[in-house]
Amino acid sequence: MTPGGPAPADAAPVSHYRLFPKALGQLVSAQGVRELHLALTQGFWRTRAWGQPPLQAPAGAELWVWFQDTVADVDKAWEELSNILSGIFCASLNFIDSTNTVTPTASFKPLGLANGTDHHLLRYAVLPREIVCTENLTPWKKLLPCGSKAGLAVLLKAERLFHSSYHSQAVHIRPICRDASCLAVSWELRQTLTVVFETFPSGQGKKDWSLFKMFSRTLTEACPLASQSKIYVDISAKDKEKELLEVTPSPTSVHEAIVQGEKRTYAVYDLLSPSLFNTSRSLNVQLKWKRPQDSLELSTPVLHAQRYVSGYGLQTGKISTLIYNTHPYRAFPVILLETVPWYLRLYVHTLTIITKGKENKPSYIHYQPAQDRRRPHLLEMLIQLPANSVTKITIQFERALLKWTEYTPDPNHGFYVSPSVLSALVPSVIAMKEVDMEQSPLFTSLFPSSDGSSYFVRLYTEPLLVNLPTPDFSMPYNVICLTCTVVAVCYGSFYNLLTRTFHVEEPTRGGLAKRLANIIRKFRGVPPL
Amino acid sequence: MGLLSDPYRRRALSRLILRLNTPLCLLSYVAGLGWFLALALPPVAPRTYMSENAMGSTMVEEQFAYGERALSYAREFAGHKKKAGGMPVAWLEKTMWNLGLEVYKQPFARTLPFPDETRERYMVKGTNVYGILRAPRAASTESLVLSVPCSEGQHNHQAVGLMLALASYFRGQIYWAKDIIFLVNEHDLLGMEAWLEAYHDVNITEMQSSGTLGRAGAIQAAVSLELSSDVVTSFDVAVEGLNGQLPNLDLVNLFHAFCQKNGLLCTIQGKLQRSDWDTLPAYAHSLQTLLLMVLKQGSGRPQGDHGLFLRYHIEAITLRGINSFRQYKYDMSTVGKTLEGMFRKLNNLLERLHQSYFFYLLPSLSRFVSISVYMPAFGFLILILILKALDLWMKLSKCDAGPAERLWDGDQGAAHAAVEEPRPGLLTLVPPLLICHATGLTLYFLPVLGQHVATQHFPVSEAEAVVLTVIAIYVAGLALPHNTHRVLTGSGSDRGWMTLKLLSLLYLAMQLGCIALVNFSLGFLLAVTMVPVAAAVQPTGPRYLYAALLVLVTPAVTLLLGIFLYQELIEYPVSVLECWQLFLQAVAGGLLDHYLYGSVVFPFVAIFLYPCWLLLWNVLFWK
Repeated sequence: MTPGGPAPADAAPVSHYRLFPKALGQLVSAQGVRELHLALTQGFWRTRAWGQPPLQAPAGAELWVWFQDTVADVDKAWEELSNILSGIFCASLNFIDSTNTVTPTASFKPLGLANGTDHHLLRYAVLPREIVCTENLTPWKKLLPCGSKAGLAVLLKAERLFHSSYHSQAVHIRPICRDASCLAVSWELRQTLTVVFETFPSGQGKKDWSLFKMFSRTLTEACPLASQSKIYVDISAKDKEKELLEVTPSPTSVHEAIVQGEKRTYAVYDLLSPSLFNTSRSLNVQLKWKRPQDSLELSTPVLHAQRYVSGYGLQTGKISTLIYNTHPYRAFPVILLETVPWYLRLYVHTLTIITKGKENKPSYIHYQPAQDRRRPHLLEMLIQLPANSVTKITIQFERALLKWTEYTPDPNHGFYVSPSVLSALVPSVIAMKEVDMEQSPLFTSLFPSSDGSSYFVRLYTEPLLVNLPTPDFSMPYNVICLTCTVVAVCYGSFYNLLTRTFHVEEPTRGGLAKRLANIIRKFRGVPPL
Repeated sequence: MGLLSDPYRRRALSRLILRLNTPLCLLSYVAGLGWFLALALPPVAPRTYMSENAMGSTMVEEQFAYGERALSYAREFAGHKKKAGGMPVAWLEKTMWNLGLEVYKQPFARTLPFPDETRERYMVKGTNVYGILRAPRAASTESLVLSVPCSEGQHNHQAVGLMLALASYFRGQIYWAKDIIFLVNEHDLLGMEAWLEAYHDVNITEMQSSGTLGRAGAIQAAVSLELSSDVVTSFDVAVEGLNGQLPNLDLVNLFHAFCQKNGLLCTIQGKLQRSDWDTLPAYAHSLQTLLLMVLKQGSGRPQGDHGLFLRYHIEAITLRGINSFRQYKYDMSTVGKTLEGMFRKLNNLLERLHQSYFFYLLPSLSRFVSISVYMPAFGFLILILILKALDLWMKLSKCDAGPAERLWDGDQGAAHAAVEEPRPGLLTLVPPLLICHATGLTLYFLPVLGQHVATQHFPVSEAEAVVLTVIAIYVAGLALPHNTHRVLTGSGSDRGWMTLKLLSLLYLAMQLGCIALVNFSLGFLLAVTMVPVAAAVQPTGPRYLYAALLVLVTPAVTLLLGIFLYQELIEYPVSVLECWQLFLQAVAGGLLDHYLYGSVVFPFVAIFLYPCWLLLWNVLFWK
């Protein structure tokens, strides 16, 4: 579901705020932002079960920004930007600092108009611990021209949106052509919200749904400012039997498009068409399955991945990533981006990539080693995935012992490693043709396909939770005192005992007279008394 | 420390140690033993309490009411199991799928190093089936495990039924913050080992398992359930894991708390705790419970499927439903509610369980003895070895110092004789050390490697061959040519055996100290038996008495006596012949535990402890 829409404002120096939110507009011009992508996500997109996501985002907060080439100090601008965004979205984006920021060289390309792709202008950071909730949703809704008062946004009630399996809200700002001739540039703000409702717990295994059941609201009108306000319902049939499901009320039109290499059929409800609200005052789209589906097989997506930590113990470990290419006959390359915090010391010589039992040499590797307490590891690789294969990438690491003030308040919870990013041009199973941008759903147009044979996919793996060796914080004072005392006392005296030799020395008897006598005897050459 | 650097006081102290050595040793032994026996007393063992805040104050209201459904699942499972002649993999997959879980299966195969005769298995093939309940709005970074072993025969149907009913109930709830893995493992411990190794992508044993698995992040805690009747009278909790590792005490506390909340009777080591605490029978009762725990922990054998989780730093316990002749029975709903409560509290955890104790002994479910309280018992026993070693060291150094220093030494008796003899170098100690350790290595390697040769030449099966080879090598070690020093220096000198004894005492102290840090019970059991005899043994005096005593405290005999004591304690006494049978099984079991799960007891005994004991044997027959 993609509520909101492109809100073209005026050219590069943002000055017209009729539709474009002023908070973001000022930010863009003040910090010299060329492109900004922010996603706040709660939950993890289960690619195997739910299929390819329209727009995936990693669990937690993700921010990546391309700056204008006029920006002198990119790092400073990045820090200020993340602090301001933190205030706007009530998120902990101010925790973005040099220890979790990277500059990828290949994974992230500008999505809008760009006249240069100098990756030094790019900054990328993920906060996997960030928890997304109502306080992040409210500022996001306020950016919409009608707020949550009218249009599709009336559905977005927090108590229902967070009663779901997955929630991801995003903001994308990019420069686009104002018209087909592309003589002037507009800013585009795209707000996307992806929510997965689980039908299982509520419907006792039935997969029927309706807008009211999901959002406990129905639609009554479009936002008066909207030039387009549409609902797309995917009614494409998996098999030939088309009659499996039905939607009510009948859609205003049916649209066919090829999305992510699959032919999809959408029932389209245009809120601006007056016929929709003729019969009833509100629109409650319903979908009913005619017969229950019970099949173990899911149609697995062409590209999916899994990542986990293997090994046991608190000294070393191994990060393993499994990448699946289920395409029956086409191989394709994928760019893998790994960002690993510095406290996991990667052993780069242990990096192995194995496909079908053979070593797979990446055609491009960019590795930037970590610096303790300053920057994370960055590993980017271009790997060729053969058809119908599983590629296993493993790298070993050692867990660092942190300073005792560096532990989080809940150190035994573990430390997060942000998800790795897979970017690929996945070959399509069916040929794609030029689609009409005006008609197709919005989420398809952010990553337009370059040619007809493949489509772009960006996937994120699970974040990892790694336990580091943790001291017992329950009584650090006692422990420190006791250890120091024991070491001092034992070490000193044992060292003494081990190195010294002891002689029994007879106490000197006699006084001055004897000493004098001895001196005389010494001169005479006879042994002393 | 000033005491030691002052030569006069030092001399006085060393004289004290030399003079009072035997009484001090005796005192220390009595103190160690007495301390241990006192551990079961109420003032020593305080009441258990919940340390983890996330599980303590918040109460949960259990609403599980699918008891009937659990029983119908159990019946269905039993039917399909019978039809499939083993684990009904397809049915389990379908049922879990219908419950809305993400289902995976994991086939595995393992060929045992030699056939396991007690459980009748050699080439094992099996399949684990598990379903993952994905927590909504969580990124699969943490998970909990509920595992049920699917064993052969009529066991555990109800456990599978209850697990499925719990899964269907849990699936409808929205409060889960951690994924929950419902696992049915075939061939109990073998399946569990295969699953854990595959989950953590390691290969410690030679387990062959296949399959890319669905994962759910770092497992925080696990509960293994065994239930074989429709109603239960009580629940028994097993805590001892592989190599004597124990789960965090909070997990045991959690179980105890929910048993009390639901009015369920719960036991540990099969012993219900007594309400009176200050009477003698009550003391005897808790001492029995404590001893049972020590024996089980000392065996290093996992006492349930939970035992293998502990290696991966996952806190786990096994719960066993008991159906005895008691009047009051509990149905599946009550049992389910207990488990539901435990899982909801574990779900609330913010950190791994770490607040409470990892090293403890339980004289009853509501009392515990912490490591700081029980360690002195072991310390007193080790002190004997140190005292004896000091004694020997001083006697030896007196010989070195020569007559000049002996002027101020009153005790000249034994040392005087030693000085007159030619001084043997340390070279004399090398052959016995080498021989003893070579015997130990043979004991470790030969039985399994040589089983096929043995079966060709003797009318025995492989398993018998292995066990009998172990015993044969063990006994043969006693008859080895131990008197190699005679070749080197002519005849055995006092100095020689004293150096050897000093070395073996220190070696023994180090071994016992190390093993007691890992597994207190094993260390303590070995120390109680071996230490006094090790301290006393010498080539002079009543040699045959020493020899008999030394044989009596050898680890093998300790095992035999341990089995006997265990059978007495569980009120299932055995005759000598049965005890021997159990002993043979235990030897085979110990070897299998090592090869299948990585238990350290067998290699520790074979490679380190047995050679050390042989060194003492050497000392005895020095002359």
